[in-house]
Amino acid sequence: MKEETPFRRFVSEFAASKVALFGLAVFTTIALLAIFASVIAPQNPYDLAQLDIMDGRLPPGTKSATGYTFLLGTDDQGRDMFSGMLYGLRISLAVGVGSALFAAVVGTSLGLFAAFLGGRADTAIMRLVDLQLSFPSILVALMILAVLGKGVMNVVMALVIVEWAYYARNVRATAMVERQREYIEAAECLALPRWRVVFRHLLPNCLPPLIVIATQQVARAIALEATLSFLGLGVPITEPSLGLLIANGYQYMLSGKYWISFYPGITLLVTIVSINLVGDQLRDVLNPRLKR
Amino acid sequence: MITWILRRLFQSTFVVLAMTVIVFVGVHVIGNPVDILISPEADQAERARIIANMGLDQPLWKQYAYFLGGALKGDLGRSFVFNEPALKLIAQRMPATLELAVTAVLFSMTFGVPLGLYAGLKPDGFLGRTIMAGSILGFSLPSFWVGLMLIMVFAVELGVLPSTGRGTTETLFGVPWSFLTWDGLRHMFMPALNLSLFNISLVLRLTRAGVRETLPMDFVKFARAKGLSPARVIFVHVLKNIMIPVVTVLGLELGSTIAFAVVTESVFAWPGMGKLIIDSINVLDRPVIVAYLMMIVMLFITINLVVDILYMILDPRVRLGGKS
Repeated sequence: MKEETPFRRFVSEFAASKVALFGLAVFTTIALLAIFASVIAPQNPYDLAQLDIMDGRLPPGTKSATGYTFLLGTDDQGRDMFSGMLYGLRISLAVGVGSALFAAVVGTSLGLFAAFLGGRADTAIMRLVDLQLSFPSILVALMILAVLGKGVMNVVMALVIVEWAYYARNVRATAMVERQREYIEAAECLALPRWRVVFRHLLPNCLPPLIVIATQQVARAIALEATLSFLGLGVPITEPSLGLLIANGYQYMLSGKYWISFYPGITLLVTIVSINLVGDQLRDVLNPRLKR
Repeated sequence: MITWILRRLFQSTFVVLAMTVIVFVGVHVIGNPVDILISPEADQAERARIIANMGLDQPLWKQYAYFLGGALKGDLGRSFVFNEPALKLIAQRMPATLELAVTAVLFSMTFGVPLGLYAGLKPDGFLGRTIMAGSILGFSLPSFWVGLMLIMVFAVELGVLPSTGRGTTETLFGVPWSFLTWDGLRHMFMPALNLSLFNISLVLRLTRAGVRETLPMDFVKFARAKGLSPARVIFVHVLKNIMIPVVTVLGLELGSTIAFAVVTESVFAWPGMGKLIIDSINVLDRPVIVAYLMMIVMLFITINLVVDILYMILDPRVRLGGKS
């Protein structure tokens, strides 16, 4: 009989849902496909020398002049859709995960800051959060990109600015509750330095809700990035993400060439839904209200 | 109560001012105002003349005062592309967006409430579960992708609905509207449905939660005990109580529906404000971008203000809390 640690209990509770496990498996596969895109993809979609415009808009399963079969067809540049999607997935995931993590750091710091300092700093930060959350995310991102212009880093920055407020509000709320607990009082009685109390004692106990938000925000960030790229405000055309691939295929869809938009769309969909499945189960497992 | 409203009004004015500063800084400091405000076709002499004319050689705070003065008079510059006042362009496109957004909100009621009611009454049935699973999709699917699929299925494959555009319009009060003609309605159906999917899921979940919460309550039991028909109990006694939060949330969502119309309008080539802003960003028609941002900020602040004031009038708890 193994000793029950909090981590083991967490794993077994998470595994109780088959749907969540399935979501995790799907997401892991997608992440691996994205990470090893350069090994798996039969073609480097950014290397223009490998592209042949004569191969443009071929339906799925067509053989190219060099004898290679385009599993999912080609886009208007003659790019193999399967390869393009793997590379696009890589950009979408990197932007989504990267911005969610960066926003987590910014939002958590400001949230803890607000909870511990109180007074003016607290009011100022929380007013800013209220103000920002009263605008829809797409609008905030649109404003930022309208000023900054296109580019991967600009999209990441826009997403971070959109997302930090969610973390800040939640972390502040959790921290306000946690700081009343005895263990914080005990740590303060030991005359530990302030930063140590905050980062070693308080922060680990604020993590569970943070993990849930981070998971949901990754899915939201991926969807928002795809939307922005679809609108032509996101990543540059030289390195298309899934959203931009869908946008590229849009004009051909009306003439029945569905595959250029359809397959990247399905990939985007499966990615978002699998993350949400994992996120929902995490929320159920990590929510103390449902437990006690 | 009056002081509370005044204080709230003061706060809103402050937020609007803060937003003008942000937009001003965004356009004049981060970007190069000469490139932004002067058409790229202007020659050197004309550039110098316009720079002096617009006060771009003045210190920053004077420029800001100039910008603010213009904004107060409704002058936010002329569009490079259309050579018309930016504000007028946006005002022209606004009815199309409003029409779409209002139809979408109506759709979310007509689809969301019955589906939520059913899911709430039969939470364990197959259909009830399917509806709930579908609502998760409505939340998580990116709306532009759903829009594309709608076009692919209904316009390309089945050919029953037009794919893009606004269709025939009919003029009422000097403004062209699509909802007055059959062709316009046909054009509006898919975009409005696409735009309302998120809200349908939201209303559906609210209604379901409300039904589940209200059914075990005493007044429902009492209504049943009185011998009222089940239909009357559900549609009059239960539904009436559920509609309060649903209507509140939908009122709040009107603003974000207008904002999300940016996406739907781009997918369906619907000639509204959202399409205009995306086109303007792509051709760097900066005055229109600035005007749109200012307009939408004003709109949101007004909606939030009105909702807050209505809440205070309707809910005594908020009213008393505001007084103390």
